[in-house]
Amino acid sequence: MTLDGLLFQALNGLAQASTLFMVAAGLSLVFGVTRIVNLAHGSFMMLGLYAAWSFATAIGGVLGFWGGLVASALAIALLGAVIEILVLRRLYRAPELFQLLSTFAVLLVLNDAALAIWGPEDLLGPRAPGLTGAVTILGRRFPSYDLFLIAVGPVVLLGLHLLVTKSRFGRLIRAATEDREMVAALGVNQALLFTAVFALAAGLAGFAGAVQLPRQPATLTLDLDVIADAFVVTVVGGMGSLPGAFLAAILIAEIKALCIGIGRIELFGMAVNVSKFTLVAEFVVMAVVLVIRPYGLLGAPPAPVRAPGEPEAPLRPASLPLRAAALVVVAALAMLPVAAADAPYALVLGTDILIAVLFAASLHFIMGPAGLHSFGHAAYFGLGAYASAIAVTKLGLGMGPAMFLAPVAGGLGAVLFGWFCVRLSGVYLAMLTLAFAQIVWSILYQWEDVTGGSNGLFGVWPAAPFDSRAGTYLLALAVTVGGLLCLRAVVFSPFGYAMRAGRDSPLRAEAIGIDVVRIHWFAFILAGAAAGLAGALFAFAKGSVSPEIASIAKSVDGLAMVLLGGIQSLAGPIVGATAFTWLADTVSRLTDYWRAALGGILLVIVLFLPGGIMGGMAALSRFKPRRAR
Amino acid sequence: MTARIRIAAFAAAALTLAATGASAADDTIKIGELNSYKAIPAFLEPYSKGMELAVEEVNAAGGVLGKPLEVIARDDGATPGDAVRAADELVAREGVDVLAGTFLSNIGLAVSEYAKRRKVFFLASEPLSDKLTWENGNRYTFRLRPSTYMQVAMLMDAVEQSGAKRWALVYPNYEYGTSAAETFKELLKERVPDAEIVSEQAPPLRKIDAGAVVQAIADSNPDGIFNVLFAGDLAQFVREGQTRGLFDETAVVSLLTGEPEYLDPLGADTPTGWAVTGYPWYGIETSAHDAFLVAYRDKFDTYPRLGSVVGYSTIKALAAGIEKAGSTDTEALIKAFEGLQVETPFGEISFRPVDHQSTLGAYVGSLDLVDGKGRMVDFRYVAGDEVLPDDETVRKLRPAD
Repeated sequence: MTLDGLLFQALNGLAQASTLFMVAAGLSLVFGVTRIVNLAHGSFMMLGLYAAWSFATAIGGVLGFWGGLVASALAIALLGAVIEILVLRRLYRAPELFQLLSTFAVLLVLNDAALAIWGPEDLLGPRAPGLTGAVTILGRRFPSYDLFLIAVGPVVLLGLHLLVTKSRFGRLIRAATEDREMVAALGVNQALLFTAVFALAAGLAGFAGAVQLPRQPATLTLDLDVIADAFVVTVVGGMGSLPGAFLAAILIAEIKALCIGIGRIELFGMAVNVSKFTLVAEFVVMAVVLVIRPYGLLGAPPAPVRAPGEPEAPLRPASLPLRAAALVVVAALAMLPVAAADAPYALVLGTDILIAVLFAASLHFIMGPAGLHSFGHAAYFGLGAYASAIAVTKLGLGMGPAMFLAPVAGGLGAVLFGWFCVRLSGVYLAMLTLAFAQIVWSILYQWEDVTGGSNGLFGVWPAAPFDSRAGTYLLALAVTVGGLLCLRAVVFSPFGYAMRAGRDSPLRAEAIGIDVVRIHWFAFILAGAAAGLAGALFAFAKGSVSPEIASIAKSVDGLAMVLLGGIQSLAGPIVGATAFTWLADTVSRLTDYWRAALGGILLVIVLFLPGGIMGGMAALSRFKPRRAR
Repeated sequence: MTARIRIAAFAAAALTLAATGASAADDTIKIGELNSYKAIPAFLEPYSKGMELAVEEVNAAGGVLGKPLEVIARDDGATPGDAVRAADELVAREGVDVLAGTFLSNIGLAVSEYAKRRKVFFLASEPLSDKLTWENGNRYTFRLRPSTYMQVAMLMDAVEQSGAKRWALVYPNYEYGTSAAETFKELLKERVPDAEIVSEQAPPLRKIDAGAVVQAIADSNPDGIFNVLFAGDLAQFVREGQTRGLFDETAVVSLLTGEPEYLDPLGADTPTGWAVTGYPWYGIETSAHDAFLVAYRDKFDTYPRLGSVVGYSTIKALAAGIEKAGSTDTEALIKAFEGLQVETPFGEISFRPVDHQSTLGAYVGSLDLVDGKGRMVDFRYVAGDEVLPDDETVRKLRPAD
């Protein structure tokens, strides 16, 4: 390609970067001030686009379009304020993960609300009145609307910069980002400040969506797509840094435009289609940046939060009656094939639940006792499932060796990725796990010859005697119970105590000679191996594997299961995975709006049962004896 | 946490599991249908309307084997794992006689694998992947809609007639897109040996950066473009391409773009002169289609989309196959479907014994703008058997049963 062509692609990249920056800027502001990682932020962008479509088509003309942009931004800002007041305001003192879960619930509800209001079809808006044509630059035609977009980004950056540095509101934002307890102690109305910041961020996202109206159809999948991109931009730039977000947005948009511009080339005698790299470009950039600069390009280590919620009660080994009870339950579950002889679907659902339990327990193992919040745990599940599937379909191995290879593959993946991840903490850690998971996903998705590409691999059935529904179920039961017992044994071993010490007080743990990073790395590897084992069960239960099992959605499902059950209890993931899988199966048959229903349930749990199901039960049982006294 | 709570939780789970069984009534013929209703509504809402119409017609005429047809539909959650569970639920709990449906290729393939495993009859209605009837084909699976290979092959006459020699390819980055591109390259070499591929763009599905893609294609100076994009990606590609003048002097050949599901949302942006496959419901003048069009409009007060035809024909094929088999026994059904003749709105089709692919075809024509709406003009129907490879070639592609 020519130099002119390259420069021109750079212009295309700049137009793309503006929207990315505006969404990310809002995310960054909210995180800076409230420490909330707002998963629903992409929903504001999506709703802004839908709203702009409604204004443009209902009113029409210049007013409908240009007026609609402003009106959409204001409407979404208002919506943001309402959500902040109704939901988030109650959660500022809750642990980080509950805030996360609640914003995830808001995301689910908003998505179904958009479905109810605008229907399921993609809606592409009209061209922008006054800017429908193109201008000639470097001998090529460039849409004039894109020039407008290129200008919007820097203008918004400048406006935000002035707001933050020159106004009183901006000083408060900066102060709260530095130390929000101090700001509160000085008598600033924190509730009002948080609501205002949240509304500003939502409005920015709404505006970012609205300006895409002539370029991009409004679709219901935008929220998740955008939030992933926005996180990447925010984290690459450094959480809380506006210029960083701007720089990162341009960097990522330019890299993508460059890949598209290069297209298909000959590399070492092989034809390589570089445009395919756009599938995962941003995540590769994020992984590289985080490995080299743990707090992003222009970020600083986050200020410590002084009141991170109630400290966790230490875990206690199970008492004798509890062990006996668990034994009875396992025995009962083992009898299910006999008890449910007339209801074979119970075994099918039971198998799926058991697989989910092992997956959730492996995620909980690093999230709970080790305190490492992974957003990309599906990667290890996927690696295990694919290792088994490849062993059976490509290498012709039997089920036994294939099952053995799964935890090895999951564990090896964790050896590699974990080494980088455990060196970070908080949001940066979560985002690096997400980036690695996306890289794994994109390899599974595109390596046609080995992984079967987007279709996946087929024909992975268990050998006799596990090939019946009951056989598969019993296999899943045996492996899951075995896996749970192993994880549990580790938690109560000296290694487990070291792991928890590293979570609760890294400084003191280091001081008494615990190598926290290494301990957490081992924990990460164990969790990866257990997830890989769950993946093998999945492959044999379904007979096929496909890349969805390593996707963001699968990782998020795992998070929801762990949080639903309650993170502070070892039985939490078991109960959470059971409830989640059963609910998803049942509710999705009853209503089209099952995501909203799930979101509603999650919100109720977060607002009224902040310890998850197990936390709620524990609170109940603590409550009763006190009354008796 | 106490022992009581743990037992309660487990017992509750076990009880619900045990309670989820129900016995199947035997007075209807049950079709278990699964599809990504929530994920792909644009195609599947018309599809389920088509099914509804066909079920009504079949039952009004006395049902099948003297029993009424009943469709039990499930959402497959757009993931193969959930789809296999839904299929198992339909078979194990609802006791359905056959499985049908699926839209996405990976789900179609996963359910086909399930059908083979549990020896259930499966009529895949929508998925396009060639693998479903060839590399991963099995005796339990039949497919209604023309495959990716067939759709590409239908357009090769237009490719040849365009006279273009420098081709640019643009396709979504997943199996449907890559296999369409591979087929195109193969057939192009046969039909236009002196043609070359000057650029290839594979944007991620539903996340196209249209401006950059259009520019990269324009910079490679093609005189022909082969497009596999659809839905939102297509709309963005078309708009950017028009603003930047990409299509002014370039022949464009485009898969599926004439289907109302993808053409109607383009509205006034519809690019004229593109050679496409699709479904021009407004211009087909055959008695079979007229009857379908009238019945559909009377019932739903809207026009049919391609999904409507597929849903309608799925039910009609199942009814005809079960009637011919004389029972819902899987082996009898497989025997009946091999060579089965079915009347559809596109005329009579049959299911090929060699690869279980139906000969349902598609319309090939060029796009035009009529009263601000996209329309296909100068179209003709290309039957599936015109473009399918011969039995010998197919046997090499398909594993023996």
